[in-house]
Amino acid sequence: MKPGLSDIKEFRADMHIHTCLSPCADLEMSPKNIVREAKRKGLDIIGICDHNSAENFPAVEKNAFQEGIKVIGGMEITSREEVHVLGLFGNERDLFNAQAAVYSKLKGINDEEKYGIQVVVNENDEVLDFNNKLLIGATEMAIEEVVDLIHKYNGIAIAAHVDREGFSILANLGFIPDGLPLDALEITDPSKRDKINGTKDFVFITSSDAHFLDDIGKRYTCFLMKEITFEEIRKCLYKENGREVII
Amino acid sequence: MKIRDIVKILDLQVISGDDLLEKEVTGGYTGDLLSDVLAHARKGNIWITSQIHQNIIAVASSKELSGIIIVNLRKPEEETLKRAEEEKIPVISSSLLAFEITGKLYETGIK
Repeated sequence: MKPGLSDIKEFRADMHIHTCLSPCADLEMSPKNIVREAKRKGLDIIGICDHNSAENFPAVEKNAFQEGIKVIGGMEITSREEVHVLGLFGNERDLFNAQAAVYSKLKGINDEEKYGIQVVVNENDEVLDFNNKLLIGATEMAIEEVVDLIHKYNGIAIAAHVDREGFSILANLGFIPDGLPLDALEITDPSKRDKINGTKDFVFITSSDAHFLDDIGKRYTCFLMKEITFEEIRKCLYKENGREVII
Repeated sequence: MKIRDIVKILDLQVISGDDLLEKEVTGGYTGDLLSDVLAHARKGNIWITSQIHQNIIAVASSKELSGIIIVNLRKPEEETLKRAEEEKIPVISSSLLAFEITGKLYETGIK
């Protein structure tokens, strides 16, 4: 450990978890179940990233608070090119302002029979509503606009599962556009991180992209930082003052 | 067959590269995943796609494709057209869907 960094600790984070709001996620992905599973897996931080929506974040956060787990609110936003980008936000105001901006660019009505139901719940796992937007759809924003939107609300923009064949920036766009200000890349198989062309200047995280309870924490990222705050995580991504990201 | 012939036969609209229509078309490739096009398209191919992002120009340029046909009247981004001029890639628009335009190109003898 570098001198003066004795106050840096290691925290385990799974930054990409879906809830029952995502039509493709298991209905068992309720706030209480997610937090219980995260606790069981020894996670310190979880990110809630449903498709193009954040409506279940408050319910997860209320449960996690009691368990001493930090929840970061986010969305997995789909660009016009059908690239998935994680937007993570530091507080509820920024998160829901970003959500409103995403909703304004998201067309279509969900078909529950075909795509699954989109359940909005409260902190007691009780159903509040069914979201009727086509959350599985693509927004009308180019990937540059998605990243700008995330940054406009002080968020962290991470290209999701870049090593997958579907809905990833590398599969859909061939390579990362020059100068696109992504804060990090998410990789599903960390052993491949050095084998992906044109990504050596990026910081990588890995996460579960859990749609089922069992998958929570299956992959996680270690943040070496002073304390668990959103800004500390941001500093980690930029390796400020000895902070590090380990996958 | 030259791009000019294709534009004429199928009544397409040239959005960029009016002066580049003498390029010879050696075949075609249809796809929206740029990684797939990078892996499989061949030099001289005309590329049929619904993607409008600027990366399509870099892909067409590096694979030495003869041109890009954007389907379903989707409008390319400004940056895409700027790069198309720089890289000298003709960009053509069609109101047809990818399936239809591919079929018509095949009928003209482009395979």
